[in-house]
Amino acid sequence: MLTLTGVRKTFNPGTVNEKVALAGIDLHLERGDFVTVIGGNGAGKSTMLNSIAGVFPIDSGTILLGGNDISRLPEHARARYLGRVFQDPMRGTAADMQIDENLAFAARRGKSRTLRWGISKAEREEYTEELAKLGLGLETRLSDKVGLLSGGQRQALTLLMATLQRPDLLLLDEHTAALDPKTAAKVLELTEQIVGEENLTTLMVTHNMHDAIRLGNRLIMMSDGKIIYDVRGEEKSRLHRADLMAKFEEAAGEELANDRMLLG
Amino acid sequence: MLLAFQGAVAQGVLWGIMVLGVYITFRLLDIADLTVDGSFALGGCTCAVLIVEHGVNPWLGLLAGLCVGVLAGGVTGLLHTVFDIPAILAGILTQIGLWSINLRIMGKANIPLLKNPNIFSDLGKASGLTQNIATIVIGSLVAAALVALLYWFFGTEIGSALRATGNNEDMVRALGVDIRMTKLLALMVSNGLVGLSGALVCQSQKYADVGMGTGAIIVGLAAIVIGEVLGRTLPGKLRSFSSRLIAAVVGSIVYFLIRAIVLQLGLDPNDMKLLSAIIVALALSVPVVWSRYQLKRAYSKGGVA
Ligand SMILES: Nc1ncnc2c1ncn2[C@@H]1O[C@H](COP(=O)(O)OP(=O)(O)OP(=O)(O)O)[C@@H](O)[C@H]1O
Ligand SMILES: [Mg+2]
Repeated sequence: MLTLTGVRKTFNPGTVNEKVALAGIDLHLERGDFVTVIGGNGAGKSTMLNSIAGVFPIDSGTILLGGNDISRLPEHARARYLGRVFQDPMRGTAADMQIDENLAFAARRGKSRTLRWGISKAEREEYTEELAKLGLGLETRLSDKVGLLSGGQRQALTLLMATLQRPDLLLLDEHTAALDPKTAAKVLELTEQIVGEENLTTLMVTHNMHDAIRLGNRLIMMSDGKIIYDVRGEEKSRLHRADLMAKFEEAAGEELANDRMLLG
Repeated sequence: MLLAFQGAVAQGVLWGIMVLGVYITFRLLDIADLTVDGSFALGGCTCAVLIVEHGVNPWLGLLAGLCVGVLAGGVTGLLHTVFDIPAILAGILTQIGLWSINLRIMGKANIPLLKNPNIFSDLGKASGLTQNIATIVIGSLVAAALVALLYWFFGTEIGSALRATGNNEDMVRALGVDIRMTKLLALMVSNGLVGLSGALVCQSQKYADVGMGTGAIIVGLAAIVIGEVLGRTLPGKLRSFSSRLIAAVVGSIVYFLIRAIVLQLGLDPNDMKLLSAIIVALALSVPVVWSRYQLKRAYSKGGVA
């Protein structure tokens, strides 16, 4: 489904702020894979997801999605393949537009937009049904402005918007990190539900190891712009927090050792 | 006196069409587009030259005003979207360039249309209405038609994309829309309205002048702000999109009424620009100061507790 080969990205090359964010990523996802991504701050998780989404061009390597080379497509052109939910609940929705308008706008992702009316009556009925499934009471508030919703409600709405039209790949970048624990649990539950029902290929970044182990069929750990650990299936479900912590420390230790070597 | 107020309403309606254009960029796209001063004059000058020197039908003159406005907006749009020039600067560049272009189009600084028929005098002759009333009638019809057209347009798939662009560019890109296209389109539609308004004003005041658009953006912003303040006193509080468009036109009429009153009181017409600037500055700064005050109060309360 998704194949990254030798993807590299350096920010601010040639300056004192030069930062190798992706140091050669090779990753292959099968259709229906639900992969959790963990790693310390600055490990390159967001950069990897943003490279796939086309937020910035990559320096080298290729990104294949469903057999198409999307490495050189601009962000808006890749959107037809991708569903995305950001960490910041404000980034996924348009505050001054109504709930139904946001959904209708998202439902046309990747389709050519015309002078047809932006939302149809049939659509509104469909959205009422879909919103009811979220169990947040939004189904009665279709014409409310999204700006009136809470962060959790907005995040749940963004998730629905991202999947309304089935994406080939769903990208979730710490999409529950800005929510309180209870709301985060609810949004995560919805994520599981939607991804499961639609059997969506998914990359989900999280800082919660428990979630990373519990959810999905595969887990990758990143450090220093590389994938340093990749487990799936049985092996993954047998993982414990302690195993991951040990891996983290191992990676951190290597970094320290490298630094020492440089200094030495 | 009454005549002066009739004249003010007539002016207000015609300028209100420009205000609709400014509303699109300022409120929907969150851009202060300074092209407006130039594209307003461009619409007026083009229309005047076509009518006076080429004997073109005044209605076609309006259409031409609209088209050249669209082009001017396109230039600003390309500078902004293709070359990443900040919107304000892109607008200024087009505006400055248009000054010279407008002089070239007219070949002189102004053109009178005294002897030529125009849409308002045509209606006056046909119906016996005075020039002012004829202007108000035609202006209101055109404004109403445009409000309806804009209401429709911003409800379509493309129009929704424009509104969303002003809201959240990240989201719009993530949902597959090229924001360069939406911004370009919005600037073209906006300046099309401004050019049309310029052409209407030129026909109603019976002359076109290279400086006729100077300060138009401030008039537009002031009118929007006045319309919003008035609208907030209404029960609906301008929740619907159509009511906000209507408020923009009404704000324009009120602006010109205030202007007429100020002039009646003996103020120098040139001071009106200062007054407009103060209105806009106040309208933009009051909410900021207010929220800062609230924040301060919240802190000091918390400190005591
Ligand atoms: N636009 C950018 N410009 C410059 N440097 C950047 C940019 N984006 C990311 N970086 C740098 O690249 C590195 C990787 O960042 P990235 O955001 O991918 O980390 P992450 O794994 O998502 O971390 P976190 O868990 O904190 O979100 C960091 O050192 C970061 O400072
Ligand atoms: Mg990140």
